[in-house]
Amino acid sequence: MQISNRLLDRILPTVTMPARYTGGEWNSVVKDWDDVQVKLVLAYPDVYQVGMSNLGLMILYDIVNRQPGFLAERVYAPWVDMDAAMRREGIPLYSLESRHPLGEFDVLGFTLPYELNFSNVLNMLNLAGLPVLAVERGEDWPLVIGGGVGTVNAEPLADFFDAFVIGDGEEVILEILNACARAKESGARKSELLRALAGIPGVYVPSLYQVAYHDDGTVAAITPTTPEASPRIVRRIVPQLPPPPVDLVVPYVKVIHDRGMVEIARGCTAGCRFCQAGMVYRPLRERSLSEVLTAVEAIVQRTGYEEIALVSLNSASHPQIEEMVRELIARYSHPPLAISLPSLRIDTFSVRLAELFQGRRKTGLTFAPEAGSQRLRDVINKRVTEEDLLATAEAAFAGGWQRIKLYFMIGLPTETLDDVGAIVELVREVRAMSRRYHGRRAQVNVSVATFIPKPHTPFQWSPLVGEDDLSARLALLRRGIKGRGVRLSWHAPRTSLLEAALARGDRRLGRVIHRAWQDGARFDAWPEHFDWEVWQRAFAAEGLDVDWYARRERSFAEVLPWDHIENGVSKSFLWDEYQRALHGETTPDCRLGCVGCGLAETLGCEGAG
Amino acid sequence: MTQMNRQRLRITFAKGETLKYISHLDLARAWERALRRAGVPLAYSQGFNPRPKMAFAAALPVGYTATAEMVDILLEKPLVPLELAHRLAVALPPGLQVVSIKEVDLGLPALQSQVRAAEYRVSVAWTGDRADLEARIAALLASPTLPRERVRKGRRRAYDLRPLVEDLKLEDGDAAGYRLWMRLHHGAGGTARPEDVLDTLGLVDVPFSVERTGLRV
Ligand code: SF4
Repeated sequence: MQISNRLLDRILPTVTMPARYTGGEWNSVVKDWDDVQVKLVLAYPDVYQVGMSNLGLMILYDIVNRQPGFLAERVYAPWVDMDAAMRREGIPLYSLESRHPLGEFDVLGFTLPYELNFSNVLNMLNLAGLPVLAVERGEDWPLVIGGGVGTVNAEPLADFFDAFVIGDGEEVILEILNACARAKESGARKSELLRALAGIPGVYVPSLYQVAYHDDGTVAAITPTTPEASPRIVRRIVPQLPPPPVDLVVPYVKVIHDRGMVEIARGCTAGCRFCQAGMVYRPLRERSLSEVLTAVEAIVQRTGYEEIALVSLNSASHPQIEEMVRELIARYSHPPLAISLPSLRIDTFSVRLAELFQGRRKTGLTFAPEAGSQRLRDVINKRVTEEDLLATAEAAFAGGWQRIKLYFMIGLPTETLDDVGAIVELVREVRAMSRRYHGRRAQVNVSVATFIPKPHTPFQWSPLVGEDDLSARLALLRRGIKGRGVRLSWHAPRTSLLEAALARGDRRLGRVIHRAWQDGARFDAWPEHFDWEVWQRAFAAEGLDVDWYARRERSFAEVLPWDHIENGVSKSFLWDEYQRALHGETTPDCRLGCVGCGLAETLGCEGAG
Repeated sequence: MTQMNRQRLRITFAKGETLKYISHLDLARAWERALRRAGVPLAYSQGFNPRPKMAFAAALPVGYTATAEMVDILLEKPLVPLELAHRLAVALPPGLQVVSIKEVDLGLPALQSQVRAAEYRVSVAWTGDRADLEARIAALLASPTLPRERVRKGRRRAYDLRPLVEDLKLEDGDAAGYRLWMRLHHGAGGTARPEDVLDTLGLVDVPFSVERTGLRV
């Protein structure tokens, strides 16, 4: 049964940004409901404005809707006012395209971008009228699956999902939908379907694994309970990127990234040790200049977007980036098309590039030195020197930019107050330089985040920084970075603690998430909604210690809760990198030569030669 | 780009049920993107952040549908209105529809400043007595003044609604409620909204929907 306009008219006038809940966007696909075999709803556990900026979801939407037998619709987390209004009127969470309640779909596919969205996943399931626990959903559809970077350690969500997709979803999604089609046709039981899914490479069915723990609480073993489930789930990759989606859904309301996107490369060779994306999207796969130009042309024609972003983890490193930008500017001067690159390197080449694509607009440039001292940059393998940064900043100021933003992390492994003091020094130098060029109009914005150790990175064994250390370091920054022409912003440390615990959590944390959600946790990534006490109570009630998860140094011998997820980069390489980090030794960019991360043996890598 | 060839076109359009919750800014973006998809040679402002030269007659409040809204667009190169209509037919999202397009003089003042009144059809889910409603309408129209207050930017301001109600009629009714038609003053001299009229008629807390059926220029 579809949710009627009349029903929505009762609540939409009372909520903020109602157009988030009515669909009908250009390029959205509404198929005949009764005409397809398997119906998928793609769910994003944050508000529309955030979720609509996610390219991964758009890729799957495009792929599935190209199949005659399947349909894909979308749903995002309703903001708290809409959530309350829907509950008041008894309206279940519904899809934007056909406005069917989620429970009427065959498959509910969540994108899991990061840990602070977990409580929203439960809330969305509940708002849809579905039991949040997978076991309680019994034989009933829909099947609930998860994908996205969050699945590299999905253990804390194991209780709520039927299956996870590890890695690139482009091929797997159709294999899963085909398995569902067969199961529906043959009337197979869910248990049979789950075993069939477990046989698809890259699909992890958590209920088919059993976790044993040591007395000290660490994991003893994670073992499959049926032959279909493989002891190690190897990440799926598409060896070559398929053509990018061009019929992008164009939102009406202003979203975070309100522009067309072309993924010019997936994967990154830089090898920054703190960066999870850099480790879990390998190998590097680049799109050619002509492929990108063709895609941009189609996007411009078919969306009407006035801005295009060339996205990748390291856009400025694409070998044809300069040609790409020049060509796009030449082709699209009238009507004007803005070009943006979300990630710039710290070098003067990037500034020249920015001069090309920002033209006279010069809205601001962002650079990420990540750490203040050379010593610490070596630890995290951010191979940028102070001279590089100063030369880059100088090029930017000389080029006419008055505003630049510098991004740092604190709480990095081995960090001391001296390293943090070095941030202050660096910012002072950049500020002085900015004032030489632009006087009082100059502005240096400094953004500081707490480093959170993530699974499948060299720092997966490393503890999250302690609260007292963190406050001391923040205090130092706040004392040192103030006054005219500089501004400091930082994230709330308490959300970092939760994020760190969930990121490296095991299955037992499912009970904590469940309890916290029941107690009102949602939108934990939003400072105005994050309530640490709710989480604290949940940890206490389940007898689990948040610090044990977040701030414990792990040993190499310890079985990590995500060890059965084979990401492709070997554990021994990560450990090696961790040791080199502790000794301040850097490792070169593997574009220059393979450094033996293990990918060549597991998933294959062209770069390894 | 030479200014000589420029052309100003006035598009009258309808905004339907599916789009009624999008805001005025959203609508402007939707039009810009539709015109770009249609390959229309829109003129853009100069400067760092070029904006298309488009001007709407009047912002439509969120929640209203409309059958005859207006927007003026400025083109770099002239286009036959019929050609534009054809191109837009495949580039406009569901919920936006062209009613008519005509060329207007480049020198005319801004469209927004020309709007004098707006007409609305208001459906109210009020099932009271018809004669009672007619009496309330008559009373409203007979009042010499209707002092009211509105809050704008946190400040209360007194105003008189009566001169802003140019016309008000009961169109018809059925089991679900009644349909009213009204013409309200708009622009210089004050702007009234259908909600103000419903309120004055004592039709508070009843579900209603508004369709703007015309703008008088
Ligand atoms: S296998 Fe070698 S070239 Fe490939 S990603 Fe790993 S280190 Fe880089």
